[in-house]
Parts: sequence; structure tokens; C-alpha cells
Amino acid sequence: MKVIRFQDWARPVPPVRREVRSATPEVDEGKTPLLFVPGFGHGAWAFAEFWLEHAAGRGFPAHAVSPRGHGGSGDSPGATLRAYSHDVVQAAASLPRQAVLVGHGAGALVVERALARYPARAAVLAAPVLGGWATFANALRRNPAGTLPAVFGGRLRMRPRQLFSREVPQAVAREYAGRLGRASARAQWQLLLHRAPEPAVGDPPVLVVGSPDDRIVPASALTRAARRYGGAPLLFPGMGHDMMLDARWREPIDAILDWLDKSGS
Amino acid sequence: MTTSTDHDSATLWRDGRPVYDRGETVCVIGAGPSGLVAIKNLKEYGFGVDCYERETGVGGAWNWRHDRSPVYASTHLISSKPFTQYPDFPMPDDWPDYPHHGQVLAYLERYADHFDLRPHIWFGTEVVKVEPADGLRWDVTTKSTGGYGAERTHRYTAVVVANGHNWSPNLPSYEGLDDFKGKVIHSSAYKDPAELRGKRVLVVGGGNTGCDIAVEAAQHASRCWHSTRRGYWYAPKYVLGRPADQVNDGILALRLPLWLRQWLLHLTLRLTVGDLRRFGMRKPDHKVFETHPIINSQLVYHVGHGGIAPVPDIARFRRHSVELSDGSEVEPDVVVVATGYRPRFEFLAPDALAADAEGRPRLHLHAFSRRHPTLAVAGLLESDSGLFTLVHWQTVAIARWLRLHEAAPQRAGQFWTARVAKEPDRRWVGAKVKDTQRHWFEVAHVDYLRALQKLIDGLAGAKA
Ligand SMILES: Cc1cc2nc3c(=O)[nH]c(=O)nc-3n(C[C@H](O)[C@H](O)[C@H](O)COP(=O)(O)OP(=O)(O)OC[C@H]3O[C@@H](n4cnc5c(N)ncnc54)[C@H](O)[C@@H]3O)c2cc1C
Repeated sequence: MKVIRFQDWARPVPPVRREVRSATPEVDEGKTPLLFVPGFGHGAWAFAEFWLEHAAGRGFPAHAVSPRGHGGSGDSPGATLRAYSHDVVQAAASLPRQAVLVGHGAGALVVERALARYPARAAVLAAPVLGGWATFANALRRNPAGTLPAVFGGRLRMRPRQLFSREVPQAVAREYAGRLGRASARAQWQLLLHRAPEPAVGDPPVLVVGSPDDRIVPASALTRAARRYGGAPLLFPGMGHDMMLDARWREPIDAILDWLDKSGS
Repeated sequence: MTTSTDHDSATLWRDGRPVYDRGETVCVIGAGPSGLVAIKNLKEYGFGVDCYERETGVGGAWNWRHDRSPVYASTHLISSKPFTQYPDFPMPDDWPDYPHHGQVLAYLERYADHFDLRPHIWFGTEVVKVEPADGLRWDVTTKSTGGYGAERTHRYTAVVVANGHNWSPNLPSYEGLDDFKGKVIHSSAYKDPAELRGKRVLVVGGGNTGCDIAVEAAQHASRCWHSTRRGYWYAPKYVLGRPADQVNDGILALRLPLWLRQWLLHLTLRLTVGDLRRFGMRKPDHKVFETHPIINSQLVYHVGHGGIAPVPDIARFRRHSVELSDGSEVEPDVVVVATGYRPRFEFLAPDALAADAEGRPRLHLHAFSRRHPTLAVAGLLESDSGLFTLVHWQTVAIARWLRLHEAAPQRAGQFWTARVAKEPDRRWVGAKVKDTQRHWFEVAHVDYLRALQKLIDGLAGAKA
């Protein structure tokens, strides 16, 4: 628990216009709001495609925020992980009730940082890219041409087949991949070299979900992430990395909502 | 929240009156900024909480509808956002650096809803007595603020007092005051500059409130005199293009020695504000950081425009005038006395807070009673930065302490004897702060938070 926070006090993150997309249930059943956080290159749109409406249909007010420089949020070339997690905390604090944070890909790393600043009701790390050299080596091996430029501050390019299973038609996969933007070069470097996040405040329950067939996050990384929070990952074989856009997008979101229902959130 | 309404359900008695047992629930007194954060953090640490609030809404001092709210129409924060907000619930990005009091209230209301605190609060209920019960527990007697219904007593496992200390006016006594024909009001009763329009106004007191009101008088009154006892350092709200407190913390982070920081600040003030003696103001008789900081960008400006006439201390009141200590006389229609507040804890025996004859409580870290391990006070601080951050960590420490106390009484006992009961009074201020009543609870935020960090870490390490 870090009490002295000179950086937050003396150098607050500068504000920026923030895109938040929402779907809310017709009748408020008092369920916990969800805040989805996309990974690098993605925006709130990735959740607006299926997950937001589906969660709202099951009674959960659902929101997705685009961190600065992503989706429809304001531009921010030099953004850091701290700035991204600031955007998440700002969006969470603007909701009427204590929220559940759901981070996908590198968005899970951003959520981990946000958890040290905001006492979430619970958190879900979906196909979490928590960084470090192993992730990098894996990416380099599978997609050298798309990964190498990122080392020099260029754009990290994912191939459609890295992100989606074969059940997603080629044209659709290409269309989604074409919508990807990029994270700032600084944030990309920070993904490799960053300090472990501070412990989560309020000690929320954390669920890790992923696919053993994810071509970006190896199964061993899922297990490691889940162990940090004292659990095992919930696995969805046959799905690609972008679970919220894959053909069987319904399965993981239903499992997440079941988990929240069961834990009384 | 459930309570019993029927006397038969009471299993405990005190002086022939029923006492309702609230088991392991903690009682919080007051739903101002300090009470709200106490409820939230106690809840987060798994405690049941009942909070009593004499008003009908949350927000304490920041709720201008409240009888005893000291804020006036134009009150803005004097600490910038990053210092003022609770560390785990930031104020919105699109708010200004120094929000208006209405925004602070909106923020507190949103905090209460976001963390679902209202179901824990009994509004319109005043605490009239807090007495130790068997062993370590407490009997808390309440009555409705409106006066109807009988008094009721509940037994709690611990009490966190968050009743605020900026509501009971501190009125100095002046010779001849009773005969004075003009109007005299305490700043707590001042609400709107319309009260000053076209009048000759004397503002008394060099604190932040006194300076704010003098600035309002400069713009609305026909004349304004500002009487202070000494010269002060007036820091502007912005230096080097950024909120002054943020710049100051940038310097603090470098861990420079105090004398160097004082020198830097004196230099900055000389270059920006200049030497105030040219306006007839007095040279401060102390260095910066030795009195509560005055943050005001407009005072010097209005003095420079002749809108505010700085004058010395009041010697005595006459029928139609006020005589000042330099022998001069002014003839105000209205005198606004901005001489601060006194802390009051009428529901507690002074002994519980080890208060001295003057009423000054002697608490460990200004928060923990040294007599009773299950009694704490939240928010009894004057800080060189915002208050909410400090009270947040205070109440985290209180919650952790109570957890340890419940889970491992023996270990807690040792911790208590070593760290709390015996620890000598410390002041948690960097500089040699003036030892006046104004500075009883003065802390430098970094020194104080470092001490809290140590306590919080120590409590985590204290295994069952
Ligand atoms: C003019 C002015 C400007 C200020 N500016 C700033 C600033 O810029 N930044 C800053 O951080 N602070 C500022 N402060 C300090 C301010 O007091 C604190 O911000 C804050 O309001 C203190 O919170 P609190 O909860 O401790 O006390 P309060 O806000 O006073 O709340 C105490 C609550 O307890 C209730 N209560 C009291 N006694 C009882 C009882 N017996 N039974 C039941 N309920 C009870 C009261 O009704 C009240 O709601 C300012 C103060 C003033 C007067």
C-alpha cells in the first residue's frame, strides 16, 4: 500500500477527451456495472460489437472505455501505462456504483494498474498480456515482421489469424484487423519493461479467462496470471485471442457473468 | 441496517435503560468527508458500520444547506484536485484545478452512492453521549435532531469520531464589543457578498477565510479594512503556470532540506508576489511553513488597487468605531470576524481524548485515543494540503488496527503498548510551527503520511 504518491500529486496525468460506449439494461436490477478495457490497438468498439449488449441483456450495465489514443478517444502520442490506467480509473469513478473491471489483452495489464488506484468490486483478466520478455519472444517467433518494428517505436501489427479462430470468416477477420490502431511507442516499451503493479486496493476477487489456442498468450502465461490471484484460469478451447469478437464470443462472456452472479456482485 | 425498536429485544441495560447490542458493528459519528471515508474503509475491511449524522444529508461542512456549514457562496478549494480528492476515487478530469464548494458536495454525494454508504447512515440523528461499556466496547446514545422521540442507546465494538472541527466559532473577546452599534458576524455566518454590498467592512483574521472575505469585500463593499495580527506569506494559487501545491510537491519529492525549500519558496514569492511592505503590510515574523499556508492570488492584487486597506490588530471596540493597536480608528458598518473554530466533543468525557484544560485532545497521530484502544478520531487535522487524502489513510490505519485488535488481541496489545500508548507527542510538521491554538492540529502532509505509512505497514506485519 503506497501512501506517498508524489508523481500523482505533482504531475497529474493531463486530461483528454475519452470515449465510453455503453449498453444498459431496460430495468435496473441493481447489478454491478461492468467496465471493459480493450488492449493495445483496440478501442471500445471491440466490446460494443457483441459483449456490451449481451451483458446488458443479462441485467448488467455495461460500459467500455477507449484509453487515450485508442478508438474514439483523444490523441495522445506520448501516453504511458499510467495514463491508460488513469483513463480507466476516471471512467470507473464516473459510474454510479462500484464497478467490475474487465481487461482484455494488454488492457488486463492496464486493469492491474488501475486496481492499485481504484477499489473495484471484482476484476476479470481476459487473455491477459501482462508483458515481459517471454511475451515478446513468443510474439517475435510467431510474427517477426509484425513485432520487430515495435522494438524501434513502430507499430505492432497483428495478423488476423493471430487474433481469431478459423471459425471467423476470412473477410470478417480482415475487417476487424483493419480497424486496429496502435498504442504509443512508450506504452509498447513499457509492456516489455515495467515494474510489477502495486497490490490491488480493497482486495477484489480476480478471474482469469483465456483460450489454450490463443496465439498471443500461451496457456502457461494464463496459468501464471491466475496463480497470482490464487486461482486457475477458465479456458475456452478453440478460440482466438480476441475472444470478444470471435465466432463463439457468447461462451466466455456468459461464464464471466455467471461468475459475477455467483459471487453476488 | 436493522435495529430493534421494541424494548423487549434489549438484552443489556445501563442505568435502568435498555441498550441494544450491535455486536461487532463499529459506530461512526458524522457523515462529512471524514465520516464517509471511515464508513467506506471500515466496510472494505469487513466491518459492519452504523453512522449517525445530525443533518439530513451527507457532506458535512461542504453541504451549504446544513445549519453549521461554514462555506460561503464563493468558496473554492484552496488545495488543488490531486491533493483534495480521496486517493482511490479521483475527481473528474474535466473539473477545474480548484473546484467550487458545490462541486465538492456533488463529489461527496457521488462517493456515498458509488460505495453504497447511505444505507449505513442514520440521518437526522445526533449523538449525545458516548460512554465506555463493559471492557472495550462503547454505549452510544442518540436522539433525533428534531427533538422528537426518546433517546436510544446502542452498544458498539468501536467508535470512530468524525464530527469535524470547523463548525463551532472561536470568538475572541474584545473590550467594548457589547456596546458596538455596527453589525458583528463570525465568518461561519457569512454566506453571500450581497451582505457586504455598499457597506464599510472590517474583516478580522489573516487565515484563508479572512483573506477570501476581504477579497469579496474589496469587490462589493464601499470600503474594506483587513485586520491581521501579524504579517503572512501569501502564496498565489498558480506559480510557474501550474497549481502552486503541485509545484511545491515536485520540490518536496527531491527531498531537499527544509532550509533550502524555505529559501526557494522565499525566492519564488519575492519574484512573484514581491515585498508586501510597499503596500503597508507587515513583514512576516516567521518563515514559510511555520504558519498554516495562506493561498490567495487576489488579496495582494486588491491591496494594490486600494480595495483592501491592511490594518493592525483590534485594540477595542467603541460605540461607533473600532480602535486599532496603532491608535488609529476605523468606522465599519459590518465587522466579519474570521477567527476560526474550536474543536468540540461534548458527547465524550474529556478524559477519553486526554484533553487538556484548554480542550486540546492529545491523540496518537492526532487520531488514536491513548486511553481506549477502540476509540479513534478521524479528520482532526489542519494540513498544508487537502484533507481528504489524509483522512483516507487515517481510516485505513484505523480499520487495520481494529482488525488486528479483533483477530489477534494479544499481538494487538503488545503493539498498542509499544507504539501507541507510550509514543511521545509528535507534531508531524517539518518546520517550527507557531504554537497557537490555530496550529494545534497542523501537520505537513508528507511528514504525516510517512508516519501513517509506517503504522499501516506495521499493522500488516503484525501477525495473529
Ligand atoms: C471555509 C472553509 C474552507 C475549507 N477549504 C478546504 C480546502 O480547500 N481543502 C480541504 O481539504 N479542506 C478545507 N476545509 C476543511 C474542511 O473542514 C474539511 O474539508 C472537511 O469538511 C472536514 O470534514 P469532516 O468530516 O472532518 O468534518 P465536517 O465536514 O464538519 O463534518 C462533520 C459532520 O459530523 C456531523 N456531526 C457533528 N457532530 C455530530 C453529532 N454529535 N452527532 C451526529 N452528527 C454530528 C456534522 O453534522 C457534519 O455533517 C475548509 C474549511 C472551511 C471552514
